[in-house]
Amino acid sequence: MTETPTVTQAAPTTRTTGEPVTNDFTMVVATVNGSGSQTSNMAMIRALFRMGIPVSGKNLFPSNIQGLPTWFSIRASSEGFTARRESAEILVAMNPATFAQDLAGLEPDGVCFYPDDLPIPAQRDDVVFYPMPVKELVRELNPAKELRDYIANMVYVGIVCHILGIELEEVRAALDTHFRGKKAAVDSNMAMIQAASAWAQSNLVKQDHYFVRRDNQTAGNILIDGNTAAALGAIYGGMSFAAWYPITPASSLADALQEYLPKLRRDPQTAKATYAVIQAEDELAAIGMAVGAGWMGARAMTSTSGPGLSLMAEFAGLAFFSEVPLVIWDIQRMGPSTGLPTRTSQGDILFVRFIGHGDSKQVMLLPGTVGECFEFSWRAFDLAERLQTPIFVLSDLDLGMNLWMSEPFAYPAGPMDRGKVLSREDLDRIGDFHRYRDVDGDGITYRTLPGTEHPLAAYFNRGTGHNEDASYSERPEDWEGNMNRLWRKLETARQYMPPPVLHGVGNARVGLIGYGSTDPAILEARQGLAARGMETDYMRLRSVPFTPEVSLFVREHERVFVIEMNTDGQMRQLLQLEVPEGAAKIESLRRNNGIPLSAQWVVEKLLEAEED
Amino acid sequence: MAATATVTRTRQGPLNQAGLERADYKGLASTLCQGCGHNSISSQIIAACYEMSVRPDQVIKLSGIGCSSKSPAYFLNGSHGFNGLHGRMATTATGAVMANPRLKAIGVSGDGDTASIGIGHFIHMLRRNVPIVYLIENNGVYGLTKGQFSATADRGQKLKKIGENPFMPVDIAFEALAANCGFVARSFAGDPKQVKELIKAAFSFHGTAVLDIISPCVTFNNRDESTKSYAWGKAHEDPLHDVTWVPQREEISVDYAPGETTAVGMHDGSKLVLKKLGRDYDPTDRKAALSLLEEARKDNLLLTGLVYYNADQPTLPEVENLVETPLALLPQEVLRPSKDSLEQVLQFFM
Repeated sequence: MTETPTVTQAAPTTRTTGEPVTNDFTMVVATVNGSGSQTSNMAMIRALFRMGIPVSGKNLFPSNIQGLPTWFSIRASSEGFTARRESAEILVAMNPATFAQDLAGLEPDGVCFYPDDLPIPAQRDDVVFYPMPVKELVRELNPAKELRDYIANMVYVGIVCHILGIELEEVRAALDTHFRGKKAAVDSNMAMIQAASAWAQSNLVKQDHYFVRRDNQTAGNILIDGNTAAALGAIYGGMSFAAWYPITPASSLADALQEYLPKLRRDPQTAKATYAVIQAEDELAAIGMAVGAGWMGARAMTSTSGPGLSLMAEFAGLAFFSEVPLVIWDIQRMGPSTGLPTRTSQGDILFVRFIGHGDSKQVMLLPGTVGECFEFSWRAFDLAERLQTPIFVLSDLDLGMNLWMSEPFAYPAGPMDRGKVLSREDLDRIGDFHRYRDVDGDGITYRTLPGTEHPLAAYFNRGTGHNEDASYSERPEDWEGNMNRLWRKLETARQYMPPPVLHGVGNARVGLIGYGSTDPAILEARQGLAARGMETDYMRLRSVPFTPEVSLFVREHERVFVIEMNTDGQMRQLLQLEVPEGAAKIESLRRNNGIPLSAQWVVEKLLEAEED
Repeated sequence: MAATATVTRTRQGPLNQAGLERADYKGLASTLCQGCGHNSISSQIIAACYEMSVRPDQVIKLSGIGCSSKSPAYFLNGSHGFNGLHGRMATTATGAVMANPRLKAIGVSGDGDTASIGIGHFIHMLRRNVPIVYLIENNGVYGLTKGQFSATADRGQKLKKIGENPFMPVDIAFEALAANCGFVARSFAGDPKQVKELIKAAFSFHGTAVLDIISPCVTFNNRDESTKSYAWGKAHEDPLHDVTWVPQREEISVDYAPGETTAVGMHDGSKLVLKKLGRDYDPTDRKAALSLLEEARKDNLLLTGLVYYNADQPTLPEVENLVETPLALLPQEVLRPSKDSLEQVLQFFM
């Protein structure tokens, strides 16, 4: 482990020592995974959120079940910034193995909570230390033996909350959310928190200068992870068939489907399911099932990450070529190969755009917020059926698995778009059906659903070359005609794609382009850059193929930087293809170390680039 | 047939109970080799569906890749078809069947498609008991790529260009049995009557029905000594019983001596009547079925007929407790929960 959230890179600090700082800090909790610290950290972050303070949380965890270092960082920001920071002010040092490194990385004037049986590895005169009698407090409370290790993590919650001023009733409410209202679990954890807090009150004197005070910036908002948002979006998008295979960091999407579907999508009279979720034997099967269901007329989806996507390539090509609607979520993680399963990346852009051999080209949605995870999830089904093609939604581990603030998700607007489907009555009226004939000139042809009771309805869906009637054909003109139509269809797709989000006055010299989970870092960096006299415009891409705003943005800015988290500058390459006349001026700012971007990094890199 | 049919044609033969004639079950002209066992099987699918009065538009036909997988184009033109990926038909079929379990699904695969590249999906489809007639046209050779050994090729089998196969074959019926398939049959394309009756029974079965049909490849693997050849099949076929499928609406009136016939009942009320031939065989006895296949392997016999039958296992749509209306046909009112419900869900995250 060489990268941690407490890297020693010095951050610019303008604070005067000892001056009170309210609702502005990053706290890192260093633990070993499998110790149950997730509950403690969720309780603290949600309690802060419930106190009206803008927060974000990043879990930096190993690909392992028990015993390896894990860091959870909670950022509170009175200005509402949610990007990861390069360093922290507060450390909860629960892992002896990383204590020295964690302490060394702490900001000057920092705070360190540590179990009193751990020796402090190095003297830091500028750090306030709070010893915590974890073992003693657990012994006194004497929880059930099997719960002891989990409950022990509540000691730091109680002590940290007391010292900083996090309200215990909000911690209880947060636990209630975490345990889905299970009172016994909430009570047993709360008992430890209260005991620890009471101990702190009697035994510790506050010496640091970080404070939490109730604010009102989060009222009415929600705190949720992107995978849950995506699952809810699918459920409200009418998803009726999902097949998946377990893979980090996508599994929690399917988990959330299976948590909410039984509550939301059972027939009220019979309690029977209006959906099916199948855990497949592998990702080949997962997408194969979704393709079968999509062909049949269900709203079908699958969710996966890089290695699973590699297995799905052949079916992706089949679905593109035979024009079967389905939705594929890719929660990106570090590749190539198995890569880093628990680290975030934006490395699948080019692979997904062209996934499938031959001239396959795929439609991609790029959510950048949990709100968009919800919205694009339901919209993806409309798009898949409208365009009769797979819709790939690219999230990542950071967006998918970490907690993000959001306004409550808006209920889907308008009726579902089921696309060009001919019913028995339509066939009667028209008296003619050619599966792949471009009747409307937009490249999108009409389909029938299997089971349609009409002698004209049947067609033979195939991955082999076909003519307008879906019959096998090796005629050169049939092949070319079909491929040209598919090209036309993808041009039509542009008008249905969500356009980019534009920030800035529009006439800055420098234009920034980003997408996905880097949004908070770029937004924060723009303020930092402006403070240093560098004005920027910022365009956040939300789809491929691009809408017309994209090439306009490139043309209108003297310098254009594409900021992304992969090694090859993959989106930059797509943009260079899209705007060939501007290709030379599209520059790349990329970082691919598995850790979410920080505003500090973006600022430094842009200032460096401007000096060149 | 819908009264509004725009396709008009002179009637040529007697109509079945669906008001259709035999020609309504035809497919395109086959492009497989003259004498290919697959063509014979396609004819029996046509005959079976016609005689059962299945409506083609209520059938879906699926396949993978290979000679066998081309054959769905050669029967039931009136059915939607899906010619998918090599070895992956079981997956596509699973999704399709779940989206609309009302339609009858027939999947046609080959020994390469099922026993090599697709064996994992095959086993998992059986494990889930997906309702489908899963028919393997088993010829022990890759035909479309011009004659490589498949996983069901005999050990010691010789092919002109490649030489001798050193490996033991995969026994598809054995695999199906091991995976708890409730309908396992083996047949021979040279025994069309048996093929047809077994197809009918398979169509009436409520879960996965596996038909492992030896279907000779006349071009690459029809030498007399091959267990997948016509000559060998004709010489060695040893039917377990004489099979006759009897539809629901007909009384069983078979006047064999007591003890000579048994009938297995299907969920749709039809029956498969088994007339005893040489041996006493109870296809509902799983242990007996395993012994039988072992015996056939040891003694190099082509034992055909219904190897195993068990209708007691729930199907995947049953396990998933699906609503009556197929998922593919659910309207927006059912698919999209209310606005209030969303607000309630989100409340939880505040």
